[in-house]
Amino acid sequence: MTVIKPSRAIAALSLVAALGLAGCASDTAEKPAEGSAKPAPSQEQEAPATTLTVWVDAERVDAVQGAADAYEEKTGVAVDIVGKDTGDIKDDFIQQVPTGEGPDIAMGAHDWLGELTTNGVVAPLELGDSAANYMDVAINAATYDGTVYMLPYAVENIAVLRNKALVADAPASYDEMIQAGKDAGLERPFVVEQGVEGNPYHLYPFQTAFGAPVFGVSDGGYDATDLQIGNEGGEKFAAWLGEQGAAGNLNTDIDGDIAKQAFLDGDAAFWLTGPWNVGVAVDAGIDVAIDPVPSPTGEVAAPFAGVKGFFLSSESENKVAATDFLVNFLGTEEAQLDLFEAGNVLPALSAAAETASADPIIGGFAAVGENAVPMPAVPAMGAVWEYWGIAEAEIINGADPAERWQKLTSDVEAAIG
Amino acid sequence: MSSTETERISTDPRRARKQERARGIAEQAGGSLGGLIAKLIALGIVDAIAVYAVIVLASFAEWGVLAVVAAVAILVNWIYFSRRALPAKYLAPGVIFLAVFQIFVLLYTGYIGFTNYGTGHNGSKDQAVAALLNSSLERVPDSPAYPVTVVENAGELGLLVTTPDGEALVGTAEDPLAAANATFDGDKAVSADGWTSLQFADVLARQNEITDLSVAFSDDPADGRLSTPDGSSAYRYTSTLEYEGDTLTDTATGVVYHDIGTGAFTADDGTEILPGWKVAVGVDNFVRAVTDERLAKPLVYVTAWTFAFAFLTVALTFAIGLFLAITFNHKRMRGKKIYRSLLILPYAIPSFLSALVWAGMMNQSFGFINQVLFGGAEIPWLTDPWLAKVSVLIVNIWLGFPYMFLVCTGALQSIPDELQEAATVDGANAWQTFRRIKLPLLLVSIAPLLISSFAFNFNNFNVVYMLTNGGPRDSSAPIPVGHTDILISMVYKIAFTGQTRDYGLASAYTIIIFVIVAIISIIAFRRTKSLEELN
Repeated sequence: MTVIKPSRAIAALSLVAALGLAGCASDTAEKPAEGSAKPAPSQEQEAPATTLTVWVDAERVDAVQGAADAYEEKTGVAVDIVGKDTGDIKDDFIQQVPTGEGPDIAMGAHDWLGELTTNGVVAPLELGDSAANYMDVAINAATYDGTVYMLPYAVENIAVLRNKALVADAPASYDEMIQAGKDAGLERPFVVEQGVEGNPYHLYPFQTAFGAPVFGVSDGGYDATDLQIGNEGGEKFAAWLGEQGAAGNLNTDIDGDIAKQAFLDGDAAFWLTGPWNVGVAVDAGIDVAIDPVPSPTGEVAAPFAGVKGFFLSSESENKVAATDFLVNFLGTEEAQLDLFEAGNVLPALSAAAETASADPIIGGFAAVGENAVPMPAVPAMGAVWEYWGIAEAEIINGADPAERWQKLTSDVEAAIG
Repeated sequence: MSSTETERISTDPRRARKQERARGIAEQAGGSLGGLIAKLIALGIVDAIAVYAVIVLASFAEWGVLAVVAAVAILVNWIYFSRRALPAKYLAPGVIFLAVFQIFVLLYTGYIGFTNYGTGHNGSKDQAVAALLNSSLERVPDSPAYPVTVVENAGELGLLVTTPDGEALVGTAEDPLAAANATFDGDKAVSADGWTSLQFADVLARQNEITDLSVAFSDDPADGRLSTPDGSSAYRYTSTLEYEGDTLTDTATGVVYHDIGTGAFTADDGTEILPGWKVAVGVDNFVRAVTDERLAKPLVYVTAWTFAFAFLTVALTFAIGLFLAITFNHKRMRGKKIYRSLLILPYAIPSFLSALVWAGMMNQSFGFINQVLFGGAEIPWLTDPWLAKVSVLIVNIWLGFPYMFLVCTGALQSIPDELQEAATVDGANAWQTFRRIKLPLLLVSIAPLLISSFAFNFNNFNVVYMLTNGGPRDSSAPIPVGHTDILISMVYKIAFTGQTRDYGLASAYTIIIFVIVAIISIIAFRRTKSLEELN
């Protein structure tokens, strides 16, 4: 034992020293190598080591990668595309930007803008003259309080998917739609995603047909102080909801999956949903047509438009490169079409939208989208979502429409304060 | 140990073999060569990571964290090379993990509870001011986009601007635009006498300076200032906010906003402009947590239900688990292994997944339970206030009984058969044996698990959130709370409503709930101590 001890200690020390030194050595060896390697090409190509970090929805990494590679080739600015789960991007962005660890650019939806600006994590984005090249709804959505904060790349809205094999022609009104389905021998001709707590997003087209938007509109966008939801049209809409619930046309037990299954099985001829569900219907071999939302009143039933885009971090150290990449690169028709092919959602750039609309399905959604209004991004909307769905669900399930709708209005007013 | 002793003992071959094995174990514990090498490699990896972390931290100038990492690394090395620190060798890894994953998290949560961290109070004051000033910039109406070249003279940056008339103007942060003698490439002025033009690469190298650069368009402030977001076009902006001497002034309305220490600029009439910044707010969050009027009514029934939910879950899962454990522990039972494996299945499926599946099965019109088991009955499993509570309990018991079954089986098998035989000889019937002998012995080892199970279920967010999301909603309450909400899910709804994330308030609630659970656990542990005297 006593003989082994010193040798052990020596072995230990030398091993640790060796490992430690190896660690240091590799670090110190790498660092100058990196340092010397990077300026070298920069002197040749005159490109400094600028790297843009971009968070994108994991499903769209490939689509953005094309534009990123092209940008790197042209300017020497490396663009690091990081695929992230869509659900995590917003909260991670809000939490990480102030620490300086956030990305330069993040992909997201326009209705995050209220939250992002309240937290001061997005920088205004100057689209310059190129703003005129985008669809109006996209620019409206990208504007918050009079300032543009987002480079839009896609516009999404819901529409009615019709199974052509069951009903050949587009119905002109809501009642005609139900009748056409019943004539085709269907018990439940029309499905729309609801759920125990309702789903006001999907019912909004009907609500607008009764003339009851959520907020009034002023110059800078939606006016949170002008709550319109409880107006006369709102009460009529509530009464209509009650009737439809009693007739069984609307059912809060139908969630997204049940609605999908009913349409795929041919049990329902009409499905009010978004472009994200078209793929599954086409794959199931259904001959799908895209119809406008049939109105219950004769007024236009306008859905919400959701606009997807890219935000610039307020703490980015690379704002010039990031702005250049967004406005002058992702704003090109080519990049917008690449993104379109990855997601099959209508591009926000008018020229790209026209090209994409050659596809009857995309064109169908685009036609419905002409009437669409951007979903309000004001923080007060959060309070509206909180009470809106449950009120609709209770009315569908037999609560007194007028009374319940008034309670919704007062709850929302109290919550907005 | 002396060799003579070993030889003497080795006369008994069985003892000798045991002795041999013990020596082998002792040898390994003492450190064979292989053990030593493994130890050195492990420590080497730890040290290499520590050295790397120190280098990275030094580059970010995080000296505090660096000191902690270095101290821990040195301590770990000392512990594993010292001959005197034997207990520490066993304790060190656990203590380090405890510190990182428990104590740090607790302290950090506590710290957040005393700040206003949340939506609108997210970063530092400087960041808030910068964000406010940035978003207050407005394009001068109908002003064109100016093609621009960034130029430099003796380190000072300037903008070389081409007007729509084809005029070349140059200006800096101090000097407004003035005519320049420029060279044109097409319609755009690309260089000017006395100035060096920056190439795109140079622009990128000085991005922050260029982003901050704004050049007065003329001597009249109303004409606005030019700045270039992308280095190739400049735009004219006027600002509606002015920051001077720690006050913000809205130049359009004349309202002055002061920093009054609440973490946001506030006007005299109390209106705040956001973003604000993170500040310590003392016990405000705790005061709000307990005095929120909107909570007064829901808090009572939510608390009652939380206790009922946690208690019934523990009681029923234990009862079922114990019953099954006794049944499957019976000697005459056949195919025990298969039954036991099947029973553990619910435990093996992630709880949020099973909760979602159950939610589907309990759907009123389309669910498996109503459609198939009840032949199309419309039982409102998840939408009736009372039935929803029962449903949540059923699902949670289904999820929880395999755990109780497992621990009870283990504990039962550790009770010696002699006790059972002795009791039978003494004339005790099966129930008496169970009630008077087995159950008290079981509780000695199971009681602490029951307490921790209670604490776990008290905060069992997954099941409630995934199965009913707290619903059905209590539409008479002023907050979006439901009939199956437990405290933690209610807190989630209050602190994170809609677009508002109030981490400070959420942390305060968390600490309050932690205190409740801790008190219950301490009392319960005290009482179960008396059980241990049985042994």
